Formats: sequence, C-alpha cells, structure tokens
Amino acid sequence: MNEVAADPSADLVSAVKILPEFRGESSWEVPKEKLVELMRALKKEGMTYLVDITAVDNHGEDPRFEMVYELCDLAARRHLRVKTRVSEGDAVPSVSSIWKGADWHEREAWDMVGVKISGHPDLRRILMWDGYPHHPLRKDFPLEGLPTEMPDIAFTAKAPLEGGPFVTSPAPFSHEREPRARPAEEKSL
Amino acid sequence: MGYNSKVEGNIVLTTLDAAVGWMRKNSLWPMPMGLACCAIELMASASARFDIARFGAEVMRFSPRQSDLMIVAGTVTYKMALATKRIWDQMAEPKWCIAMGACASTGGMYRSYAVLQGIDHLVPVDVYVSGCPPRPEAVLEALMKLQDKIAKSRGVVLGQKQAA
Repeated sequence: MNEVAADPSADLVSAVKILPEFRGESSWEVPKEKLVELMRALKKEGMTYLVDITAVDNHGEDPRFEMVYELCDLAARRHLRVKTRVSEGDAVPSVSSIWKGADWHEREAWDMVGVKISGHPDLRRILMWDGYPHHPLRKDFPLEGLPTEMPDIAFTAKAPLEGGPFVTSPAPFSHEREPRARPAEEKSL
Repeated sequence: MGYNSKVEGNIVLTTLDAAVGWMRKNSLWPMPMGLACCAIELMASASARFDIARFGAEVMRFSPRQSDLMIVAGTVTYKMALATKRIWDQMAEPKWCIAMGACASTGGMYRSYAVLQGIDHLVPVDVYVSGCPPRPEAVLEALMKLQDKIAKSRGVVLGQKQAA
C-alpha cells in the first residue's frame, strides 16, 4: 500500500510521510491541514471503509495528541493507518463528511481524550455527560477519578486505588508516564 | 374468648405486626434494576428452572410505583447513579433493596472514575449478594433472608419499615 493514490496533487504527495512498515502494516503520517484532502483521495482510491478512529495522548510531548485513522479497502483487502498530530488546544478537521461513521468515533475522541474536532456536525460528549469537566483517558487524569458535582444530573467521587486488589506494579520504564495509582492530590487541573 | 367448637380451626390469633409482615414478605414485587450481566442471572432466577415465584416475588414490575423491592443487578455507573436513585425515590414505602453482585455492592472490579463504589452510597441496602455474577440460588437466598427480615419487622401499623 505504499504507492500513493493515482491523481493527488504533488503538494499532497509531498505532505505525506510514510512511516516504517511494521509486521505488514502500513502507516502514513500527514499534517492535519492536509488530512481531509488525503482522506478524500484515499476513499476515491478504494479505501471505502473507516474501521476506527482513536486518539493517543503522548503526554509531555508537543504536539501532544495523535489521531489514528484505520482504513480498509474491502475489495482489494488492503489496510492503511493514517496518523496526524495535534497540539493541545488545536483542532483536527472532522472526516465525518467523508465517512458518516466518523461522527461517533470523533465524539469519543473528544470525550475521552479531549482532542478538539473542527467542522464536526454534532460535537457533544458521547460517554460522559454534558458538563463533565475532565477528559478521563488523558495520561494526567488519575485512575481513581476526580470528584465532580452537577446537581440533579450526575456526580463522581474518588475511588481510592492504593492497596486495592487491582493495582499492578508498573514496568520500570513506564512509571513516569503511566498514571497507575497516582493519587489525585498530585494532579492540579 | 370462650371455647366454641363451631369455629375450631377457623381462627388464628396473632399480632398485627406478624400478620402484615407475613403478607408483605410473601408478595414482594421486584423492580428489576438490571444494569449489567447480573440482570441475566436475575432473569434466570425468575424463569422456570429456579422459579422465584416459589417465594411470591415473580411479579417483576418495570414501574417503580408498583414495586416494593429494588434488585440492583449490575454495575452502577455515575451516569446511571442518580437515575437509579430517582427510581428508588418513586417507589412507595415500605420498600426494600437487594444489592446483587460485587458491582452493586462495592463497585466490584471497576475501581475507576466512572463507577459508583456501591449502591449503598445512595440507597439503603437490606441484603448484599456476593458473586460476579451471583448464581440464581444466591439471589433466592437473598430473597429468603429479606423475607426473614420483613417477617421480624415491627411497627408496621405506622407504615414505617423498622429494623427487627
């Protein structure tokens, strides 16, 4: 899948960075300004099925977030992963005008990781409730949660993890980044 | 009351508390608050093999206004927590609650930002059932324990539930 689409502009071709192939899986990286143009070209090229959209929080790096789009060409049995990086506070353009199924995936990325999506038709939270102030899958969000209160709608409280039966000890190289049992007091939002 | 052979065997003397408790315990109408996999076991305990009707609790009502026993079967997320409380508030007194399974009792394995750590933070629970999910026999035993509690409760004429 490392041949580029048939008739894109040279501008688009030069913007795409082909990442090293890993176990037969191809990944491309593209700046977010070129994302929609690339996705449109890829869909025309046969990548008709958007399998999934996920967001990665590379806490401590800039740009902090990475959006990952999994594409599939059902007829030719090809698979392609497209990544784009976005800083905290910046917005990534919505691809829901190309694939309708992107709508809820993008809402989930917004709800859980807090990646802003521009041009989305209906960007509300999808799992947590409207008015919940945090994005719980961010690396700096404590696993035990943070107390919140919305009278008559919902509340949350901390669920202490320290010494609990489900706490695993982190690998030596990941204790800096992974939240694990980090107490909520350390985190100031 | 003098002895009268004509009514022998037709009269039972008891206290009002005991009589009302006996009536209540044998016709509990459960509100099946099925929130996760425990609800499947709750359905099993209601169907033919385990047959919760043997204990007079087969009338599952999906309207809180007709129920007097809330069986919280499953994981109570914070998103669902206040809705569960609202349903409990709509049930008429006297009412009882069974926390079915690890999640409803303590949050279970969901020690996380999204899950209420036990429905007893919001609703008074009469019987906790362990298990993940509990087998139907455990649900039936919880029901029998609750029936014992109801039978022993006093002060029913005031319409108040009181500890035995």
